[in-house]
Amino acid sequence: MKLPIYMDSHATTRTDPRVLEAMLPYFTEYFGNASSRNHSFGWEAEQATEKSRKQIADLIGATPKEIVFTSGATESNNLALKGIAEMYAERGNHIITQVTEHKAVLDTCKHLEKNGVRVTYLPVQTNGLIDLDQLRDAITDKTILISIMYANNEIGVVQPMKEIGKIAKEKGILFHSDAVQAIGKIPVNVIQDGIDVLSLTAHKLYGPKGVGALYVQRRNPRVQITAQMDGGGHERGMRSGTLNVLGIVGLGAACEIANREMAEESKRLSFLRDKLKDKLMSSLDEVYINGTMEHHLPHNLNISFAYVEGESLLMGINDIAVSSGSACTSATLEPSYVLKALGAGDDLAHSSIRFGLSRFNTEEEVDYVANKVIDVVKKLRELSPLYEMAKEGVDLSKVVWAAH
Amino acid sequence: MAYSDKVIDHYENPRNVGSLDKTSKDVGTGMVGAPECGDVMKLQVQVNPETGVIEDAKFKTFGCGSAIASSSLATEWLKGKTVDQALEIKNTDIVNELSLPPVKIHCSVLAEDAIKAAISDYKNKQGATSAKPEAVTVQ
Repeated sequence: MKLPIYMDSHATTRTDPRVLEAMLPYFTEYFGNASSRNHSFGWEAEQATEKSRKQIADLIGATPKEIVFTSGATESNNLALKGIAEMYAERGNHIITQVTEHKAVLDTCKHLEKNGVRVTYLPVQTNGLIDLDQLRDAITDKTILISIMYANNEIGVVQPMKEIGKIAKEKGILFHSDAVQAIGKIPVNVIQDGIDVLSLTAHKLYGPKGVGALYVQRRNPRVQITAQMDGGGHERGMRSGTLNVLGIVGLGAACEIANREMAEESKRLSFLRDKLKDKLMSSLDEVYINGTMEHHLPHNLNISFAYVEGESLLMGINDIAVSSGSACTSATLEPSYVLKALGAGDDLAHSSIRFGLSRFNTEEEVDYVANKVIDVVKKLRELSPLYEMAKEGVDLSKVVWAAH
Repeated sequence: MAYSDKVIDHYENPRNVGSLDKTSKDVGTGMVGAPECGDVMKLQVQVNPETGVIEDAKFKTFGCGSAIASSSLATEWLKGKTVDQALEIKNTDIVNELSLPPVKIHCSVLAEDAIKAAISDYKNKQGATSAKPEAVTVQ
């Protein structure tokens, strides 16, 4: 077993060596511009991008022509929200999203608000899922778009996509989903889920960074998007810019591998994740899981160790790469807004650790991580005045703190 | 974030972890911070009432590595000082000793506050025999 251990796959994943192998010839051998129509270099590059379109489309139940290449999911989300808001401005100016979206959606919505778009941010329930009745109630005759992420990047909960898709269809509203965390991890099918526009990125599914895609449905309904960048009119006019051919090849290869191996892999990952969860929960008291485990990504575990602060925990497990919702690990000094949205209380947000397992993690690594976390949590609880007070029977919620 | 060697040392080998008898007249307890802010420090001093010298100091901290290190260092510095000397410890001394980055200065401020709260608790106990306000009150 090699240290450090990487268990932060919601941030990014290691590129699969098979993906890298597929990409390599496109650096030096097939380096053509996919838009060069009059020589073989261009044709080869174009062929490669068309193959990738098919590989992506096959993974999500789309057709190749519905795939628009981008630089990643942030761009895809920006393009989807801004492009739709602009294109459908005459029909309405209201967008519905929810509070635990990624910043690429939330901040894009904030931007749109400045331009006169009205945005409803649905709350989530304590299990991390939106309430479908609240979604229905939020819809007005001005609503043009519902944007709800497929699976959450922090707590791994999977939103009820089919139900949301159905509601959107009934009302004739477009449905966009940031599916970055779900693609290649759980089955995603844009037809069955009723998704009209979907964002994905390569580096979360063992592909390279800097390349992603936007699925834009071509019929029932035909979705139109106003380009957000001017230039050569690539990608059916929706996204100008010379195609990142080698990145696109990598994205396609990653999708093909995921399509082939996802069923087996997700079983293995959920076994490892459950092993990690069970070990932690059986060895430590006052451990809380964030987000329902009922609708959950197979490789995610977000867990709060009460009375222990997240950054100090990370410091103790410094040969393990994970993330914390603690304020001290973020630049803003604010604890995770996702965990706060669950209503668990800021103290538990400060005490949270996010584990993101990947294809490359082994059972031996999981055992090592579990043991190490248990040791450090125990040590830090010895140090924790809160743990001491709780053990003495003090109700911490009733204490008046000398906040600073 | 990169931690200084001294922060790592205090985190890995925290000095004077524990609790003193908070009901004792010679023990001053200071508890500052709040769980929802991500740090709570409890600092206690045991004072020799004859000499005014702090003979023992203990801490427990819920917080990041820098908060743990700041309070651990504070207990080291407190031992052997008189209560009046203890009040002269400034957060900037802790910042310098531990090479805390700007984003962690609040940890040192918290440690200074904890020292002040502990000493004030001790003085209150010595002064008034009846009322003894504590930094933390349970409703």
